[in-house]
Amino acid sequence: MKKEIQVAGFGGQGVILSGFIIGKAACVFADLNAVQSQSYGPEARGGAAKTAVIISDETIGYPRPTSIDVFVAMAQEAFNSYLPDCRDDTVLIIDPDLVTQSDVGRPIYKVRVQKIAEELGNKIVTNIAMVGALTGIYDLGVPDEAVKQAVIDSVPKKFMELNINAFEKGLEAGKNARPE
Amino acid sequence: MRYELDPVRVRKILGNKKQFIMGDMAIAYGGLLAGVGFFGGYPITPASEVAEGMARMLPRAGGTFIQMEDEIASMAAIIGAAWSGTKTMTATSGPGFSLMMENYGYAIMTETPCVIANVQRTGPSTGQPTQGAQGDMLQTRWGSHGDMMAIALCPSTVQECLDMTIESFNLSEKYRHPVVLLADGEVGHLREKVVIPDVDEMELFERIEATVDKDKFIPYSESQTNPGSKVPDFPTFGSGYRSYVTGLTHNDMGFPATDKQPDHERLINRLVSKITDDREKLTDVEEIELEDAEVVFVTYGASARPAESAVRMARAKGIKAGMLRLKLVWPFPEKAIYDLSKKVNKIIVPEMSLGQMVHPIREFAAKDCEVIVAPKVGGVMHLPVELLEYLEEGA
Repeated sequence: MKKEIQVAGFGGQGVILSGFIIGKAACVFADLNAVQSQSYGPEARGGAAKTAVIISDETIGYPRPTSIDVFVAMAQEAFNSYLPDCRDDTVLIIDPDLVTQSDVGRPIYKVRVQKIAEELGNKIVTNIAMVGALTGIYDLGVPDEAVKQAVIDSVPKKFMELNINAFEKGLEAGKNARPE
Repeated sequence: MRYELDPVRVRKILGNKKQFIMGDMAIAYGGLLAGVGFFGGYPITPASEVAEGMARMLPRAGGTFIQMEDEIASMAAIIGAAWSGTKTMTATSGPGFSLMMENYGYAIMTETPCVIANVQRTGPSTGQPTQGAQGDMLQTRWGSHGDMMAIALCPSTVQECLDMTIESFNLSEKYRHPVVLLADGEVGHLREKVVIPDVDEMELFERIEATVDKDKFIPYSESQTNPGSKVPDFPTFGSGYRSYVTGLTHNDMGFPATDKQPDHERLINRLVSKITDDREKLTDVEEIELEDAEVVFVTYGASARPAESAVRMARAKGIKAGMLRLKLVWPFPEKAIYDLSKKVNKIIVPEMSLGQMVHPIREFAAKDCEVIVAPKVGGVMHLPVELLEYLEEGA
């Protein structure tokens, strides 16, 4: 089993944290191997940010993606830039409020994760809602509960409930999503 | 004052046994587990997270963290602190490592144990800060002036970042020599699973301190406590043992002897041979599919990962490919390279540079074995398929 996941957006959205959580879920809360790599510019906010996670039940050699199974885009620019790296059958997931132009002639999962976060009262958990949506849509090979544990283990205690809610709402939205 | 960390407390600060962390953080963990009491450094991408981890954890463990004004001062600070008897460390990347070169030589000349974690990027100059590369492989060996040896290890995984940092401290203490952990931005910024050793799962080596009568102590001779060792006993500042510490050529008593040819020759030969006498004992390589291999990679650091993937792909195509990974790059494993070159037709050296380690490899390979570099520059790793092409051409 080997899964390659790429999440991209702009700096400050928590894109890299989302990759960290998925990798931690696989490594620490499920008995798998994972590597997480990232690339970002020198800016603290803005600029492109991208993370890739590889999950496998075997040792992982080359740590960067070579054949992306699922791509999550959290910004228009990220969608445009990294779509060419995907296979024809790569599962695509976007937030339609953040990626408004996504008509590329193939089915895409659209989940309004930023709206979920706003309804919970804080846009900052958009990334956690997206981790939930990704877990609901795509079989990461990691139990949902392991991902939830990784969220709990990775966010500040003060905002624990908010993050758990964001994850669960995102998960539910993901499970109900159909490609369109 | 002398910092002695309580290993049980350190282990508690690090937390869960199994973690998903970055290579840089694993270096900080390794330093703490080895008992580092003092960290002096200046943040630089892609090494900043080492300092970040140290700033967060070292004071809680009872040690001292200082952000210095630059890398020259950082290197000076860890040398001075080491003479107080504690284990010391800094972390940097290419541009900072260049600045450290003068004091790196000073640490070698004064036989000061300390560890420099270099999470390499590229250059010249400030180059590509957020991208990894392997730009300081030769600077580690030849970057400071004069005759000297280097000790350097090269991690390929996050677990090795932790384990090899502990090993760097052990070698540094054993040989009284600065040891360089040559990580790179790829492995430094990669997150992977690590298993953190418990206190009883580690072997730590502590420097041999002076024990002879104080009036018989010779600070720069062969050991008086550990006969046969070329590494002098350490006269910790404040212990009452007298020692002059200078970067000038010195005699056995430590006093400048700059115009004395025999003193210089004896000193320099001892500084180098205390390490090279153990060259084969220190050699640490990983062999992959070498038994019947005809075309092989000699690799180190992050580039070993796509290289290993390429070897597997080549084997699936029936190509007799193999790989030798250097875990310790300096002192150079001369015999391992020579022996390999007698068995194979071609050695390919994948490097995230235009080619550095290819030079000593070519120097020590048998003359009838072809040695070429597979260069990759610009801050990205080789793709396994790119390296596969080299094996296909070489087969």
